[in-house]
Amino acid sequence: MSSALRPDLQIIADWIRPGSRVLDLGCGEGDLLDHLGREKQVKGYGIELDDEKVVVAMGRGLSVLQLDLDEGLRQFASNSVDTVVLSLTLQAVHFPRELLMEMLRVGREGIVTFPNMGHWRARWQLGVQGRMPMTDVLPHSWYDTPNIHLCSIDDFDALCHENQIVVQERQVLNDRRRSTAANRVWPNLLGELALYRCALRGPQENP
Amino acid sequence: MTEKIPPDSVGLVEPQDMIVAAEFPLACGQSLPGYTLRYECYGQLNARRSNAILICHALSGDHHAAGYHRPDDRKPGWWDNMIGPGKPIDTRRFFVVCSNFLGSCKGSTGPASINPATGEPWGLDFPMVTVPDWVRTQVALSDHLGIEQWAAIIGGSLGGMQVLQWAIDYPERLRHAVVIAAAPKLSAQNIGFNEVCRQAILGDPNFHGGRYYQQGPGPRQGLALARMIGHITYLSDDAMGQKFGRETRGGKALSYGFDVDFEVESYLRYQGQRFVDQFDANSYLYITKALDYFDPAASHGGDLVATVARAKAQFLVISFSSDWRFAPERSREIVQALFRAGLEVSYAEIQSRHGHDSFLLPIPQYHRVMGAYLERIAKEQGL
Repeated sequence: MSSALRPDLQIIADWIRPGSRVLDLGCGEGDLLDHLGREKQVKGYGIELDDEKVVVAMGRGLSVLQLDLDEGLRQFASNSVDTVVLSLTLQAVHFPRELLMEMLRVGREGIVTFPNMGHWRARWQLGVQGRMPMTDVLPHSWYDTPNIHLCSIDDFDALCHENQIVVQERQVLNDRRRSTAANRVWPNLLGELALYRCALRGPQENP
Repeated sequence: MTEKIPPDSVGLVEPQDMIVAAEFPLACGQSLPGYTLRYECYGQLNARRSNAILICHALSGDHHAAGYHRPDDRKPGWWDNMIGPGKPIDTRRFFVVCSNFLGSCKGSTGPASINPATGEPWGLDFPMVTVPDWVRTQVALSDHLGIEQWAAIIGGSLGGMQVLQWAIDYPERLRHAVVIAAAPKLSAQNIGFNEVCRQAILGDPNFHGGRYYQQGPGPRQGLALARMIGHITYLSDDAMGQKFGRETRGGKALSYGFDVDFEVESYLRYQGQRFVDQFDANSYLYITKALDYFDPAASHGGDLVATVARAKAQFLVISFSSDWRFAPERSREIVQALFRAGLEVSYAEIQSRHGHDSFLLPIPQYHRVMGAYLERIAKEQGL
């Protein structure tokens, strides 16, 4: 296992409070949870559907649950964890809005990361070249991609606004996984990856 | 006949008996004037006594989980594909114990044993035994073997329920609990099936109120019928369809009578008859009741989260997609309770066509999950 965490996962890790309870949706082989457990004494649980990834995560000593996110989080009690993480998975689920709302019900806050379809390269590929975008974060052809619900940063902002979701923190990374002055000014154009920390407005905000 | 015992087998094994002379009070309020617990061991207990794994068997299982009793045994123990050198429960690393529960007919004290007060078989005078009683007998066995804490306790079906009970009742005495194809309690449908099975036995004219040991053949027909019903619930519709379809026996034309027409009828009759030769009808009655009564949360006002919160073990819960006797949803109830109680828990849902019986089969993903989890246990213990 690599010791250095991927830059986007490192930002997520920095947002998570030590000793908190975390549910990582689509945890893969458990890189983030493993890091959080070791470095921040986080009590972490992962959800993963893939047979092989489940076996790897389990073998690392992590708590991983083999469940299908498309069946939602109905079984999970409200406010049962501090933070629910959905890292680069939102675009691959059948009901992204429902899952997002469920995340913010189960956790007091949610961390969502997704590839930004508003990035200039995606716009270039579709708008000028007339082809479906393929980038580092979206490496699949249109016909075999698991990414069925792509959005831009502006789309996601609109979704949050319409659903009483408060964005507590946001980071936008360029294609070199860095946050620069330029992509802070034009995030929807220059950001390739967006990271949001958010919660529901209202009474659930601070239970 | 086994030509040669395979190299990945634990080889020839011999059952042992723990004989307890002291009176043993049971959950039902009655007590046994002492009891015998039959068990088998595989592998070596290490000096720190940190590598012991206890296996809990299911309804018709027994202490003979792996290896062979005699070189010419036709079949090895019931979980031989899981336990042995190089297998997921690797006997080169772990010391594995499997004990037969009370009420059984396989060597531990049960209704076919002699009641010392009468000198006759107990029959239905045998007191009702429950899952918590079984756990207490295994605690006695742990003490007998000098095992303070099990590295893991593992079981499928009724055995998985026993593992859950262990973790709740004796939290300090196990580090890992592996609960396979189980449920936190039986559903009305589960109890319904068990009741039909019991009625098949109780209604057999050869049952004689359970005192059939001295008179006649015993309730063979009833027990066979119970097994046939049970067998249908262990398989999935899909698995039965794949295995038998509507094939007629020997490809013959329909008989337009009540003899065996279809392969599936022939198979169920065979399974029923074979079971009758190996199992005692009274034991079947007692064990199915123990299943029905299993409900650890009942003593906590039905609150499963509060119940499992007593546990300290780390859990692995496994279910099988086509199991409708103890479906994945039932395992997820256990998982959710453990999650809410803040315990460490992993859950694997194995894709399989074979229904409840899957937990006994060498399904590659199932064995990968078990192997990875046991590897982790071994690593923690420096084994």
